[in-house]
Amino acid sequence: MVEFLQFTLSGVVFGMIYAAIALSLVLIWRGTRLLNFAQGGMAMLTTYVAIEVIYKTHSYWAGFVIALVAGLVLGAASELTVVRPTTGKPELNAVIVTIGLLIFFEGLAGILFGGQYRSFPAAFSVTGLRVGGTPLGVSRFDVFTVAAVLFTTLILAVVFRYTTAGLRMRAAAFNATIARLSGIRVARVLTVGWALAGLLGALAGVLVSPATFLYPNSMDAIFVLGFTAAVIGGLDSPAGAVVGGLLLGIALSYVGGYLNSDLTSLVALGILVAVLMIRPNGLFAGARMRRV
Amino acid sequence: MSSEANGDGPDRAGAAGKSASLTVDGLVAGYGEVVALDGVTVTADAAGITAVLGANGAGKTTLLRAVSGMIRPRRGRILLADQNVAGRSPEQIVRAGIAHVPEGQGVIPELTVEENLRIGTMSWRHQRGRSARAAALEEAYTRFKPLADRRRKLASTLSGGERQMLVIARALLARPRVLLLDEPSLGLAPRVMAQVMDLVVRLSREQGLTIVLVEQNARGALAVADHGVVLNLGRVVASADAATLAADVALRHHYLGF
Repeated sequence: MVEFLQFTLSGVVFGMIYAAIALSLVLIWRGTRLLNFAQGGMAMLTTYVAIEVIYKTHSYWAGFVIALVAGLVLGAASELTVVRPTTGKPELNAVIVTIGLLIFFEGLAGILFGGQYRSFPAAFSVTGLRVGGTPLGVSRFDVFTVAAVLFTTLILAVVFRYTTAGLRMRAAAFNATIARLSGIRVARVLTVGWALAGLLGALAGVLVSPATFLYPNSMDAIFVLGFTAAVIGGLDSPAGAVVGGLLLGIALSYVGGYLNSDLTSLVALGILVAVLMIRPNGLFAGARMRRV
Repeated sequence: MSSEANGDGPDRAGAAGKSASLTVDGLVAGYGEVVALDGVTVTADAAGITAVLGANGAGKTTLLRAVSGMIRPRRGRILLADQNVAGRSPEQIVRAGIAHVPEGQGVIPELTVEENLRIGTMSWRHQRGRSARAAALEEAYTRFKPLADRRRKLASTLSGGERQMLVIARALLARPRVLLLDEPSLGLAPRVMAQVMDLVVRLSREQGLTIVLVEQNARGALAVADHGVVLNLGRVVASADAATLAADVALRHHYLGF
């Protein structure tokens, strides 16, 4: 019973990281039907920015905040310089460009910061919490991880739902033609979407790196899991991305805990293939289709 | 962006008051290798209704798409009053005062009725405050009563006629001087179709809006239009008073199918 609780809680923690990456993929997918393969690379690079700032300033929070800002800037800059010129060209061009960006980011990180594994500090204690002597299997920092992703998601949800800027973004995502004909500068909206995706990636990178170490490829596996979470959620739905992340995190935690942790990557790929075969539009597509 | 600075468009003082003509002059446009418009010249008189007719593939929709900036014209001028807007982006052209209601699914079904309407004010300047936008929405609800009752509902719950009402209301919120309507009666019941046509006439007569009406239903369009233009394979084959066109039996048989 205690084991089950521990596996579930630690699944939720990792699930929130996958959710953050999934959400960042959904933000870009909704606007342009483009899967951003560079998402993990952007997250990795901004996490290096965080670690450098933390070493220089000895302040975790300075690194945290600057990483998020760097994520915003890197996302917007990637869209403006590299992705924008593929507008109106075959869809594959944009995909290839994002793969190229990934290779570029990983190479750049290798040149600037070296290829060795680096440990990344956590904001809070990583020793396990206990309730009445029972270990929960999660730490204070894990709680912070869940809270930070939930908080960011909630802010995004409120902005999308209740502000004019959010309406502009939703309109552009649902129907770019009508949005443009109504005077919405869709190109600018896309840049903002990439910036927000960069921010979410930075958040995920900073939160996951204490557990995974940081190196130029460190986010590749997280990207695949985030992508799986996004596909489970339907790629189109921000709420689906979060739920998909949680489901995947918990499922993999059970697999790793009860079976064998070597199996988790295999099971994740199995889930991805199964979802694509059985519900290619994601688990939540049925309800959405009916609504439209 | 420059159109925002020059103070023209939906932000000019007393927007609804001033009528403007629309002249398309020697317009060439197409998709890839295909030339869909081959030197089209059309004038839509200020505050009048100009029907653009012709068979499928004649270039009617392409004409509207070129005027609103959805496709970039290769040659020719698009004059709103005496301002050439050819080559500008759709975002700039709606600010200059041309609103385009595209064919078919013009509502965004995932958004509520009110959100769909709010999109109509997105071309406004930021300086124009929340209260001005709210007042404009209330004005729209007053004119289109059925929308007021359903403002919180998703647009997907609306009937075909209500959807058409919604997209026209949204286009009007941009305070255009010229309204481009692509097949507004498509798929509507005859009674609803008559209501839409009635609305089109009132917009031109009462508000001085210049209307370009693209219709497959040539008989219905000529009944409300002042002027008619017939396109065939990307060229203008006839341009005359609506009554003259409707009376031309040979032309009707040949191009309009009635």
